[in-house]
Amino acid sequence: MIGSTGKTGSWRIFDPVIDYGNCSKCRTCWLFCPEAAISIDEDETPHIDLDYCKGCGICAEECPKKCIAMVRSGETKEAPV
Amino acid sequence: MKTELMSANYAAAHAIVSARVGVVAAYPITPATTIPEQIALLSEDGIYKGEFIRVESEHSAMFACIGASSTGVRAFTATSSNGLLLMHEALHWAAAARLPIVLVNINRSVSPSWNIHVTHDDSYSQRDTGWLQFYSASVDELYHTIIQSFKLAEDERVLMPVMVNADGFVLSHTLSTFDYLEPEEVDKFLPPYNPPHWVMDPSNPVSHGNIVFPEYYQEFRYAMHEAELNAYKVYQEVERDYKRLFGKYFGGPIDCYKCGDADVLFTSLGTVGSEAKDAIDQLRAEGYKVGNARIRMYRPFPVARVRELAKRAKAFACFDRGLSYGFGGPSVNDLRASLYATEYRPLVKSYLGGFGGRDITVTDIKEIILDTHKAMEKGDLGPEETWHDLR
Amino acid sequence: MVTVKEMPLREYVLKGNAACAGCQDMVALRHAHKALEGDVIQVVPACCTSVVQSLWPKTCMDVPILNTAFMAAAATASGVKAALKVKGNDSTQVMVWAGDGGTFDIGIQALSGAFERRTDILYVCYNNQVYSNTGTQRSGATPLYAQTSTTWYGKTEPEKLLDLIVAAHEPAYQATANAAYPRDLYEKFRKAREIKGPRFIHIFVPCPQAWNYPVEKGAEIGKLAVETGYWILWERVGDKFELSPISKRYQDPAKRKPIEEFLQIQGRFSRLFKPTRDEKRLADLQAWVQHRWDLVMRAFT
Repeated sequence: MIGSTGKTGSWRIFDPVIDYGNCSKCRTCWLFCPEAAISIDEDETPHIDLDYCKGCGICAEECPKKCIAMVRSGETKEAPV
Repeated sequence: MKTELMSANYAAAHAIVSARVGVVAAYPITPATTIPEQIALLSEDGIYKGEFIRVESEHSAMFACIGASSTGVRAFTATSSNGLLLMHEALHWAAAARLPIVLVNINRSVSPSWNIHVTHDDSYSQRDTGWLQFYSASVDELYHTIIQSFKLAEDERVLMPVMVNADGFVLSHTLSTFDYLEPEEVDKFLPPYNPPHWVMDPSNPVSHGNIVFPEYYQEFRYAMHEAELNAYKVYQEVERDYKRLFGKYFGGPIDCYKCGDADVLFTSLGTVGSEAKDAIDQLRAEGYKVGNARIRMYRPFPVARVRELAKRAKAFACFDRGLSYGFGGPSVNDLRASLYATEYRPLVKSYLGGFGGRDITVTDIKEIILDTHKAMEKGDLGPEETWHDLR
Repeated sequence: MVTVKEMPLREYVLKGNAACAGCQDMVALRHAHKALEGDVIQVVPACCTSVVQSLWPKTCMDVPILNTAFMAAAATASGVKAALKVKGNDSTQVMVWAGDGGTFDIGIQALSGAFERRTDILYVCYNNQVYSNTGTQRSGATPLYAQTSTTWYGKTEPEKLLDLIVAAHEPAYQATANAAYPRDLYEKFRKAREIKGPRFIHIFVPCPQAWNYPVEKGAEIGKLAVETGYWILWERVGDKFELSPISKRYQDPAKRKPIEEFLQIQGRFSRLFKPTRDEKRLADLQAWVQHRWDLVMRAFT
């Protein structure tokens, strides 16, 4: 099932952010995502499931239009006590 | 049912046909070799209709059986000594995966040195793997125990693999008559295998054998233990049905001969237990009240039956043809442990012998029984452990 | 070659699994299963793929998986295949998905036996050149001079040429693939699916953990392996050998990127560059690239 190890999105330090203005809907990000966290909707737009994306950054690296940015996660992470 | 004359190994091969086994994967090793050889011939002649995988090692043999059983097909293999040891990891795997595989082990000494004759070290050393264990003493018993074992293994309350042992050469290569059952006759006893627990099937995908953390692992192990304990009761049901359908019965978990009023009971596993009946008859003719308690089901250990016997018997002469090095005979110590929580305290004397195929004759058995009888009369245990006929 | 848009969208490898971020094994698995479309029983010996499935009672795979012991993959698969035959099932693929450890080393006997018996299975070795699951110890697939946790100053022997060993069994189909070229990988699995008999696909799979590179470079490193000529993409249907279109260009040494470009990004080769460049070792590794080309071309053409 999906999420067999839980919401692995919590592993992330950097979030992938797609600039849809430049996205050519080529599916390269979908092709290379190790997590299968990118889905393609009916009008070909890719969507990254941030509940599960582990933030590896391969989609950003491979995108031919370089329209995915890896942005440090907004949530502050508290150091363990 | 038809009377045939064959070696125990050949009879075992024919049991595969009778029980409609689907997959056999086996590797040759003396003295088990003639089992896969005969299965190959039966296969190539179209009599055995399942698949026969001529694997490249015993480890692969058991894992091929595991693969086949996991895919919902009745699986079987045969081996001996070093081959059994080589599949040790796989034995643990099959038991923990709860796969009702049946294995015939032809008891033979483990190496070094090379000795192809009977010692029970090979199967004794596997008694902690979770496999049920039977020891047979005749061609007929081996053949029918194999068929019974599939029924026992596949029972929902058990679902554990079964090892049926037979002494190397002494039994494996001895020709004797036995009663052969056609598959159609066995059908009314043994239905097709239909795994009630899990199976590899693309229409219902599951992963088997994932990681289990400390939170749950213990419970899986408890379930195995419970299943194996269940087998003691389930086997008695199996035997009852078998007797009703085919008129054959081999004595239950312990085959008792003239035990009723016996003061001294001789216990053993395998063919020595069959020879012992003659020893009992001869000693009885001389006035000794002795009996034979041949252990057929060794795992689960027949604790309840042993306790029943100990209620009346004054002494046990326990014969082991194998050893737990540094401690002693496996069956004698299992017997002692079974009695500890009870108030029964018969004398229990351990005899080790017959290693490497050294012959144990009726005379030897009489000597052993009389040795225990003397200790009983004197009320003095003497040595706890005696090596019979040690040079 | 299939286009990206022609590749099916259905996923059999489900998100939220236990794999490391950037795991290239998962990329290979995703596309292999898209090619097989679910009618498969996957046999997995001890390796990373055993662990990524997640803990019982959950699994991340939408196909049946039979986990098995480390050296037993091909034997277990032989049993599964025999059982399917007994059940009259001729269509379900039996696929081993094993790491380099379970294929080159401890699993080689079972692989050899299964192939010699002409067992109708698809054996896939995803090769990250190390015993990754147990913490990156060296394997028979570890390249010369690579650092691992049992070869701290670099492995002193080159990797085993397993493809030649497999070829000696005359499989029905044999191919090399690379997680950085998913379309090529997908095509090879589609082809393998249609062939009966023993089939072998050897996939090059970078491992961010073991190779010590920035995780986002996973696909780039896979591409560099091919662009330097180090990893050759080819396939054989029976004894008909064909270089894959991508690798054809790199048969010419002049077209290859220098091996250093592949080595430099990876921490496991850092001793070749720091504190000083080890020119001898770099030259050895450069020469080995041509050495593999020579052996492969001589063996198959």
